[in-house]
Amino acid sequence: MTDPRVAGVGLTHFGSHPARTSRDLFAEAGLAALDDAGVDPADVEGVFYGNFMGEIAEHQGHQGPLMAEAIGVDAPATRYESACASSGAALRQAVQNVRNGEADVLVVGGAERMTNLDTAETTEALAIAADDLYEVRAGLTFPGAYALMAAAYFDEHGGSREDLAEIAVKNHANAVGNEHAQFQREITVEDALDAPMVANPLGLYDACPITDGASAAVLVSESYAAEHDLDAGVAVTGTGQGGDKMALHDREALARTPAASDAADEAFADAGISTGDVDVAEVHDCFTIAEVLALEGMGFFDEGEGISAAADGVTTRDGDLPVNLSGGLKAKGHPVGATGVSQLAELTSILRGDHHNSEHVSDARVGVAHNAGGTVASATVHVLEVQE
Amino acid sequence: MNDGHDEFLDAVESGDGYYLECENGHGSLPPRMVCPHCGDRDLTETALPETGTIDSYTVVHVPTPAFADEAPYVTAVADFGPVRLTGRVLADADAVEIGDEVSASVGGADESRSVVFEPR
Ligand SMILES: [Zn+2]
Repeated sequence: MTDPRVAGVGLTHFGSHPARTSRDLFAEAGLAALDDAGVDPADVEGVFYGNFMGEIAEHQGHQGPLMAEAIGVDAPATRYESACASSGAALRQAVQNVRNGEADVLVVGGAERMTNLDTAETTEALAIAADDLYEVRAGLTFPGAYALMAAAYFDEHGGSREDLAEIAVKNHANAVGNEHAQFQREITVEDALDAPMVANPLGLYDACPITDGASAAVLVSESYAAEHDLDAGVAVTGTGQGGDKMALHDREALARTPAASDAADEAFADAGISTGDVDVAEVHDCFTIAEVLALEGMGFFDEGEGISAAADGVTTRDGDLPVNLSGGLKAKGHPVGATGVSQLAELTSILRGDHHNSEHVSDARVGVAHNAGGTVASATVHVLEVQE
Repeated sequence: MNDGHDEFLDAVESGDGYYLECENGHGSLPPRMVCPHCGDRDLTETALPETGTIDSYTVVHVPTPAFADEAPYVTAVADFGPVRLTGRVLADADAVEIGDEVSASVGGADESRSVVFEPR
């Protein structure tokens, strides 16, 4: 077995590009990744591509081959759909394929086109990540579902909208200087608390924006990297995936995400690391409360303790465990199907030392990416390590 | 039409709500062939308790198009013992608290029919 090396990464700007098709976005990210890797497209043996709402947003299914074509690759290509964890799931499959020796060179990535729809249409499209019969028809939106989790968390453990605002403030601060980020500006706790409510207790600044964008990475086997003398010092050393009941009401607890726990347990065991070894993390903060649930679910904090991590400075960029140095979904943006591999791209850049926030974590050697689908009925966790 | 779900809503609407109970006492909602908690395939329709308590709720300000005229409205998860339900609460936002007792009913028409909760 060989741990795949991340030979190259590429991202578009995340933001509002309503006229750009997802094929156009993915071409930009994919070609950037191939160029970064210095890999000949003719060597690529497969494309693993994540996308969630292509049918609704641009009347386009079967996007795998379309995306391979867009980056000049003539190889089998498959689209993976796991809601917001779509490209995390694609990444896991690509990692496994390199590991089991089926391929030496793969492109993995994702794209989403969202801002060409209006807010109500996008809200409807995102809502289908929940149970249609029992949740969506009962008026539950995607922010509404996370709001139920937040309210349950407050009821069980305490915590306040101020605590959540500190997470938004942190992630916005981290995005300043990220050329790919949708919001490259700081906000204050007051800005967050004064923003309009989306679904109580979550306001506009507790929510990630609606975003267009694409991400890509080139994964290669160790032997291919050596043969071609590639500069690929970061490896994916652990992968894990967890699942849970689709509807929130069928879960044991509303303020826990066992799918993330299962994914992290598997990925950490796979890499042979524990939470204490992790230098930096990118977690799925589609809503501020989601960052709390992710950090607790993965075992970085006990239940009820994650809510104050940002306010206490533990997860800020100079804290013990910097979280979402990219700006997270909150400030970097959340083009749903692109998000999982964008986390891989940011972490690779952090570990290589060419990230806009690298100076804050100059000795980082282990990074973890947590990508969640829906209300965490799906979750993937990946471990990246700098190799000797 | 959604077989299983429609019959469930009809029953709740007429005051004869039920849930699916497995041999190990787990509850779930139709249509289902296996218990999602233990995999048991022997499911029986069991009467839904008359009252539930609100486990969590939110006030939705940004709705999907189907609920454009309703916002802001309250959606809650309520605990009916072996099973939980998700539904809109037929009450003003400031009149709802976690722990409140509710009964289940059905609101909307045709494709938009769904569970609603009435405060007790
Ligand atoms: Zn059971």
